[in-house]
Amino acid sequence: MTIFALVLRIGRTMKTPFAVVLLITCVAVISPAFGQEAPAPATAPATLKIDTGDTAWVLTSSALVLAMTMPGLALFYGGLVRNKNVLATIMHSLVILCLISLTWILWGYSLAFGPDKAGIIGGLEWLGLNGVGGEPHPTYGPTIPHQVYMLFQLMFAAITPALITGAFAERMKFSALLLFAVLWGTFIYCPLAHWIWGGGWLGKLGALDFAGGAVVHTSSGVSALVCALVLGKRQGYGTAALVPHNLPMTLLGTGLLWFGWFGFNAGSALGANALAASAFLATNTAAAAGALSWMTAEWMQRGKPTALGVASGAVAGLATVTPAAGFVGPMAALVIGLAAGVLCYAAVVWKGRLGYDDSLDVVGIHGVGGILGMLATGLFASIGAKGLFSGNPAQLGIQAITVLVTVVFAFAGTFIILKVINAIVGLRVDAEGEQRGLDLSQHEERAYAKD
Amino acid sequence: MKKIEAVIKPFKLEEVKDALTELGVYGMTVSEVRGFGRQKGHKEAYRGTEYTIEFVPKTKIEVVVPDGLAERVVETVIRTAKTGSIGDGKIFVSNLEGVIRIRTGETGDRAL
Repeated sequence: MTIFALVLRIGRTMKTPFAVVLLITCVAVISPAFGQEAPAPATAPATLKIDTGDTAWVLTSSALVLAMTMPGLALFYGGLVRNKNVLATIMHSLVILCLISLTWILWGYSLAFGPDKAGIIGGLEWLGLNGVGGEPHPTYGPTIPHQVYMLFQLMFAAITPALITGAFAERMKFSALLLFAVLWGTFIYCPLAHWIWGGGWLGKLGALDFAGGAVVHTSSGVSALVCALVLGKRQGYGTAALVPHNLPMTLLGTGLLWFGWFGFNAGSALGANALAASAFLATNTAAAAGALSWMTAEWMQRGKPTALGVASGAVAGLATVTPAAGFVGPMAALVIGLAAGVLCYAAVVWKGRLGYDDSLDVVGIHGVGGILGMLATGLFASIGAKGLFSGNPAQLGIQAITVLVTVVFAFAGTFIILKVINAIVGLRVDAEGEQRGLDLSQHEERAYAKD
Repeated sequence: MKKIEAVIKPFKLEEVKDALTELGVYGMTVSEVRGFGRQKGHKEAYRGTEYTIEFVPKTKIEVVVPDGLAERVVETVIRTAKTGSIGDGKIFVSNLEGVIRIRTGETGDRAL
């Protein structure tokens, strides 16, 4: 286990007792976690009957996931940029939420979740939500109205492109952003969601992705890498101090993301039941473990624990546990969180050596976290599915294939989309506009007035 | 008249101000400034990437006093602003051509 080696290495060089505590926890926890007997999964009722409790929970969860994008992610990213770009950065999340809210009900939901066409894409039968009403759908939540499921999925479709915006922060043209959100949301998100959740070929293959480790986090992380590579670095990257302008804003965003993630993961149980509780617990556990392990890794490597480190580790833990949340117990979630904090920290530090400007670390946190979480699901799944440690090594292979497909598809698709947008409106603001800041050059307003 | 400008560590401002007031300095202008001397900035790290912040925040005090008071003002600033570690700041003393109080038109020492 790499996590063991890392914790041991940290333990040897540390000045505080913290890593020892981590190591002991890790050892104490890891053996029973592997063989843990799964609690009986909440079996879906065969009949289609609306349950008010389930409906209330999934509606609430949809609102929680909305709060992740706006204001959660908007504040998380907004605090990390310089003060001349904060409005533009918040606008990215806000306007993507608006755009996807419309494209999703017009065509997105039909493409992603409509009647399957050869495992590749959903049909156009549900354009404009035609036929998507109050009756439950047999596979999309047999106890909740179909529209509730559609709404819940809408929020996922909205946050995913919003996550990518961290990669091109402080230099993307607003018009290019609008095009990007619509094109990416249609041509990358919809097929991926269909393949894994909408009755497509990866789902039929047996891919496990409880709440979006591949569909949301791997896809956004990989696309973020392409964006960083195609758009190029910000002015002054590597020479000037491009530092966060308001970390309390970022920390507030972290709290809202964590809060909203209960809707994201526990809501994915599609009911108010034991599975939701188990996913809720796994989510909270991984967030806390990720926060503390990132903090410890940074403390050991650099000599100081940072607030941004704890926040980043929490988000890394949350992103990583996302595909596993409904399939693992709390002890496995703890291990997943610990691994996420250390490995995502390593990825973010390593970025500095590779030289691409993924400005707000979407690749290191969501990309690495998403991939790690998908593979961890193949290892630890024990509730309602079996992973390697429950005697089903084939699951790990299926998870790896799903990751590989997601990476290749998102990479190639995003590259094409960016080239198309570049040909139509151009991707980057001009040098002067970037220097003045996007708030003034793109929106002619300013976040912080001088008296 | 002398103009004395002292660039000091921000947390020393209260102490310096109180000591100068006690000495009979009736007014001062204070500004938040950034700069570097031998201290040469400090380091900050975000997600493991280290940045050198070259311009360190300092506080600048400007006082104008009659010639006779200048030496004691300088001594007082040195006494109160000193921590003994690098980055304590500097004091600049210069001759001043004139002072005018806007309200009354008074000039010279009477305008201080």
